Amino acid sequence: MKTVKSAAPSTDNRWRIVDAAMRRLGFQPHALIETLHVTQETFGFLDEDALRYIAATLGVPLSQVYGVATFYRAFTLKPKGAHHTCVVCTGTACHLKGLPEILAALEAELGLSPGGSTPDGKAALMTARCLASCGLAPAAVFDGKMVGNLTSATALKRIRQWVEHES
Amino acid sequence: MALTEHIIMRELEVPTIADFNVYLQHEGYTAWRKALAELAPGDIVKMVRDAGLRGRGGAGFPTGVKWGFLPKDVKPRYLLCNCDESEPGTFNNHQIIDRNPHQLIEGVIISAYAIESNTAYIYARGEFATAAHTLEQGIAQAYAAGLLGKNILGSGYDLDVYVHRGAGAYICGEETALMESLEGKIGQPRLKPPFPAVEGLYGKPTIINNVETLANVPRIVLKGVDWYRSFGTEKSPGTKVFSLCGHVNKPGNYELPFGLPLRELIYSPEYGGGMTDDRPVKIIVPGGASAPWLTGEQLDLTLDYEALAAAGSMLGSGGVIVLNDTVSAPHVAYKMDEFFKHESCGKCTPCREGTHWLVKVLHRMTEEGHAHPEDIPVLHSIYNQMAGNCFCLLGESAVMPIKSALALFPEEFERLLPAGMNGRTNGKHVIELQQA
Ligand SMILES: Cc1cc2nc3c(=O)[nH]c(=O)nc-3n(C[C@H](O)[C@H](O)[C@H](O)COP(=O)(O)O)c2cc1C
Ligand code: SF4
Ligand code: FES
Repeated sequence: MKTVKSAAPSTDNRWRIVDAAMRRLGFQPHALIETLHVTQETFGFLDEDALRYIAATLGVPLSQVYGVATFYRAFTLKPKGAHHTCVVCTGTACHLKGLPEILAALEAELGLSPGGSTPDGKAALMTARCLASCGLAPAAVFDGKMVGNLTSATALKRIRQWVEHES
Repeated sequence: MALTEHIIMRELEVPTIADFNVYLQHEGYTAWRKALAELAPGDIVKMVRDAGLRGRGGAGFPTGVKWGFLPKDVKPRYLLCNCDESEPGTFNNHQIIDRNPHQLIEGVIISAYAIESNTAYIYARGEFATAAHTLEQGIAQAYAAGLLGKNILGSGYDLDVYVHRGAGAYICGEETALMESLEGKIGQPRLKPPFPAVEGLYGKPTIINNVETLANVPRIVLKGVDWYRSFGTEKSPGTKVFSLCGHVNKPGNYELPFGLPLRELIYSPEYGGGMTDDRPVKIIVPGGASAPWLTGEQLDLTLDYEALAAAGSMLGSGGVIVLNDTVSAPHVAYKMDEFFKHESCGKCTPCREGTHWLVKVLHRMTEEGHAHPEDIPVLHSIYNQMAGNCFCLLGESAVMPIKSALALFPEEFERLLPAGMNGRTNGKHVIELQQA
């Protein structure tokens, strides 16, 4: 059995979840679709770093990884044009700790719903199933930075900063 | 008359049969124990062939005959259970997994044994996360009970069953695309031959069957060929779970013996309960969106493979879509072909371009109200260029909605033409197209 041979793109803990999925499937090329599922569930979308890392680790050409990631409806690449991404966790812990209120506030105040972006297209909102930070629930990742104990007010503030800063 | 005993929807007799222990109390895994103790693989293949079980995934091909196509002594071989279920109007596989999952798992196990395979995969549609989870749980229970794994019940036979999640692509229901997808690739169909029974998953002999097909197997093995043949017709034995939807009072899944009239499925209080607001039936799409259409005049047709084929349609996946007289035929064709366009895998030109153009022309006719004078012959020309020329059946299926709509309701297309055209066209190139 192979071991992880290329280094994860960052020290983000969530790569461990991706590594575990690939290890469970023996780092075989046929693990690609399942690995992409797990990656998207933990990161909310697939970006170039993720695709390159998975390609290198499973020994699959990047072109095939990109092809598969764009062929199937379930996979979302980082939205084109969006400068910023907020990935909210819809996992059980986060749901119980107030995610629905946060989503409602984002929708009401910014017109932002999961899978969509702000009207100016600058910030995209995506979802993940569990960000492996349940102790901090509700959790979200703002441009790669994990934020725990999220409230509607803090979520709105962060996204407003992006939108206003850029205009 | 409703069945008093169901073959598949046994939750109607035993409501909690989804529970492993309840399943065990109701003959669960008895067929598997019997198979291991008394039957050689070849005996099971023969039983399934004699029972006349036909594939429920669309083509109705005799299952036992298919199993017989495996080349002798080539190992490993694989069993694949097709649970991609994405055909519009079809929703029975999903319900089987939800309500009677162990019968499917037992069916997968016995069928794998029958074809002498030690590895089986259940390919679950990407959107069916709950179904995949239910199956994984059920499989874990079967392992824990020693019904799966190494040296099952001391027989020396080993079997592993895996659930594989798809990722959202209708084409992955096509058997060779499903194999590509299982191998971690883009789900585009392979050239046939070689057929999967000879060279399938990872280039090895592979049998692929639908969920409902495999769920029949434990009952055949346990209760016997004669019992099974007491349901249905001579050529279409057994029962079928029909998915009924559209303008009926009670949409849902209903298990019927083959051979009952369409009228009964739609109007019987035990099944569809009649049409909403008592409006007349206009269009029936009897076998999922890929089936040629029938009309309200054909309610006496019986629901079996032969009768529907003789009427120029097909039983297909058993998804029956019933539409009343408020729908516009061109619009229905537009919606269905939009689905096929979206799902076309892009591998071959007739389907990729053909579905694109069908939708483009239908869109301007139905949604924009800007039909061009020559649009009717153009539509005929497009589907004629697709028919028989597509690499797989998805493209061929996309021909059915538009071809049916134009054949059955031509006046509805004519009415969409610019005023004064009156169904006639005048351009010279149009005449050439018609002859093409
Ligand atoms: C575009 C396309 C989609 C299909 N989708 C399914 C599906 O979702 N489920 C299924 O069982 N068969 C589907 N089929 C049929 C399969 O290719 C295959 O014939 C079937 O799984 C064989 O099983 P059976 O013999 O038990 O019917 C599809 C075929 C085509 C061409
Ligand atoms: S017919 Fe359509 S789905 Fe089938 S191979 Fe061609 S493009 Fe792909
Ligand atoms: S449930 Fe949200 S981080 Fe685990």
